[in-house]
Amino acid sequence: MSSVIGQETGSTSSGALVNTTWLDYTAALIRTHSRGHVLSAEHGDDSAKNEVYDVIISGGGMVGSAMACSLGMDPNLVGKKILLLEAGNKKVMDKVPDTYSTRVSSISPGSATLLSGVGAWEHITKMRCKPYKKMQVWDACSDALITFDKENLQDEMAYIVENDIVVAALTKQLDSLSDNVKVKYRSKVVKYTWPMPHHAADSIPWVQVTLANGETLQTKLLIGADGPNSMVRRELGIPTVKWNYDQSAVVAVLHLSEPTENNVAWQRFLPTGPIAMLPLSDTESSLVWSTSHRLAEELLELDEESFVDAINSAFWSNENQSELIETAGSLFRGALSTIMPSAGSPRQLPPSVAGIGPKTRVMFPLGMGHASEYIRHRVALIGDAAHRVHPLAGQGANLGFGDVACLTQLLSQAAFNGKDLGAMQHLLEYETERQRHNLPMMAAIDLMKRLYSTNAAPVVLLRTFGLQATNMLPALKEQIMAFASK
Amino acid sequence: MYSNKFNCLMLGLYSRNRSAVCGLVQSAPGRSGFSWTAVCKQRSLKLQRSACLERQHHPMPCQISTRSASQTTVDPDEVRRFQSLASKWWDEQGDFAALHAMNDLRVPFIRDNLLNVHRARHPGKPLAGLRILDVGCGGGLLTEPLGRLGANVLGIDPVEDSIYTAQLHASYDPDLSDRVSYQACTLEELSSEEKEEQGADQFDAVVASEVVEHLADLETFAFCCNQALKPGGSLFITTINKTNLSYALGIVVAEQLLRIVPSGTHDWEKFISPVELERLLESNGFSVQSVQGMLYNPVSGAWSWTNSTAINYALHAVKHRDDPQPDRAEERSPRPEDHTAATHS
Repeated sequence: MSSVIGQETGSTSSGALVNTTWLDYTAALIRTHSRGHVLSAEHGDDSAKNEVYDVIISGGGMVGSAMACSLGMDPNLVGKKILLLEAGNKKVMDKVPDTYSTRVSSISPGSATLLSGVGAWEHITKMRCKPYKKMQVWDACSDALITFDKENLQDEMAYIVENDIVVAALTKQLDSLSDNVKVKYRSKVVKYTWPMPHHAADSIPWVQVTLANGETLQTKLLIGADGPNSMVRRELGIPTVKWNYDQSAVVAVLHLSEPTENNVAWQRFLPTGPIAMLPLSDTESSLVWSTSHRLAEELLELDEESFVDAINSAFWSNENQSELIETAGSLFRGALSTIMPSAGSPRQLPPSVAGIGPKTRVMFPLGMGHASEYIRHRVALIGDAAHRVHPLAGQGANLGFGDVACLTQLLSQAAFNGKDLGAMQHLLEYETERQRHNLPMMAAIDLMKRLYSTNAAPVVLLRTFGLQATNMLPALKEQIMAFASK
Repeated sequence: MYSNKFNCLMLGLYSRNRSAVCGLVQSAPGRSGFSWTAVCKQRSLKLQRSACLERQHHPMPCQISTRSASQTTVDPDEVRRFQSLASKWWDEQGDFAALHAMNDLRVPFIRDNLLNVHRARHPGKPLAGLRILDVGCGGGLLTEPLGRLGANVLGIDPVEDSIYTAQLHASYDPDLSDRVSYQACTLEELSSEEKEEQGADQFDAVVASEVVEHLADLETFAFCCNQALKPGGSLFITTINKTNLSYALGIVVAEQLLRIVPSGTHDWEKFISPVELERLLESNGFSVQSVQGMLYNPVSGAWSWTNSTAINYALHAVKHRDDPQPDRAEERSPRPEDHTAATHS
């Protein structure tokens, strides 16, 4: 391009002026670049200076890897340079381990569609996943319960998949996309340098990412998928609404007393927090017990037998129910059944637990977080970096996959319109669309958590009635399921 | 501001045309309403007159322009005036915000119409292999997206500082610097340059977006576009219609009330209606394929397609595939069937 201007000298009187001014410009540019910038030794090297990635994704967890696959497979983004940075090691799973891992996620049908779109779902089903058809959620303080299921129990509601398997499947898919997407493992980011929002004449307009090994990379768009304690979000100074729940989740793998057609997900709201049993196979289930920090520590210290007893009694015992609540509950049920006689379902009890998997008891703290902005100039946050929720609704991973689907579609359209991928216009659309979806979900989850954290009678009565009424309205339940399945 | 920027182009075209009407057009700023009818008459008279001139001496205008445009078109006052504005091209919320937003319409318009003809099957780079000329490229606002879509784009503009800004902006992106290049010259200079070189490379498409309303002599412009295009090549124009509504909204409201566009940018007499533009293009060897109205929403800052071409519109024309000589009797009068076909999207 500069050569064209050079040849221009003949045709206009200001040709000579054009030549010298352009050379001055270029010289000034190079001087400014080498002065006081993060680019140090690499600057002089042509290849490093010219290598500008189109997209860098920081964080190779479930959501970050899914984003990388999704961009890599998009037809409008063919030829774009995409890089995924992961601080940990590459997770390869040649053979599925015999024991189940404790961290599992409930994958909604919408997320399963995304994963099959990127070609990872096949790998997951070949490895290991458990579909479930029904979910029963009930109160410890009353008889109220609600069940969700698809009609006639034919279709799956959702799938329980171990997190390791999701990541391994996505990694396998990324291997096959190595033309479009590069992955750097064991690369920890130490510094981000943000571009000036308005294109100033002598500054690099791209985001610069400095790794621990000294390498500096440039990109037109940085996607932050680095988890609830996101460094990208922190470095940008995005205000985040967050609080700790004073709860920790205890997770374990449970061995059931007897094999059963294990296709129901169970969750009971105790005053100390919800306890959930999610099916993994006909003989094993995953436990997620959210409770106060103190109780969680105590649970970890119990020996295996006492722990198993605690779990069974949490699901089965009725000690939290008072007479008043019981009477009121049955009154409500009677009243509601006169209005809608056919609806409502009998309460079932979850399978009893006989033992736990070896060395599988772990606890981790719970919190809620929401970034007030998901985007900045040339940066977008996805997954837990943008929003962190309580596991009681099994939505954390699904919200992240929803972010991936939305952002991919917007970036694809932007590329087809010849736009700069880091431009604010489509990033703002992403933020608006996802906040509109995520905020009501997060508010609902938080509300549920607070509603069920007490055994004060008025609240219990309120939620009992609410739950029973909802249980009797199939239309409302369908709406809830549809919202949670996206 | 645009009118200032293109004064140099205008002056170059004046000296060739020697039409008395040009002086009238320049001096009347078009603010008072009384001169409209008079100006309309003068304008169509001028067009007829210059059309006659064209038919008799069509190869000459370009050669004359080379001689006259080279030394005297660049006005140092205007270049200085644009030095301050040249840095503002890429501020998406600044003076050029509406032009940035217009990319949402004009890039798909160009891309889709070219894909109809060329059917490039290169995923990720739909316009790969095409050569496009962006006339009046300014800071490269439209040139860059076309380059990103894979085309080889040459952007030309008489204002050098705009070209500097464009080159600087594109220089940071290694992806673009291969495909996008800029040259500070006028269209006539470029076409004469290419004529001098043996076997001039012609373009697959010429884009003149928001340019035509700043030119005084459209005949020459249309002729040079025709010269620059391959047979069957596409010409894309976006401009403003000459109606009462375009005066009210495009000048009074946009420039003076809402300041969407800096005051003095547009001159109502230079606006041209789609019918006139079609007639002009068809007498220069083009066949107009589609005309589509565009509407700007100042509240949302977004453009949208609309059925009415009363204010802004986009036009796609194709150079005839056979001999591109424009002076034949059948092409002088606009064909009625082309007009009816022209309003489809």
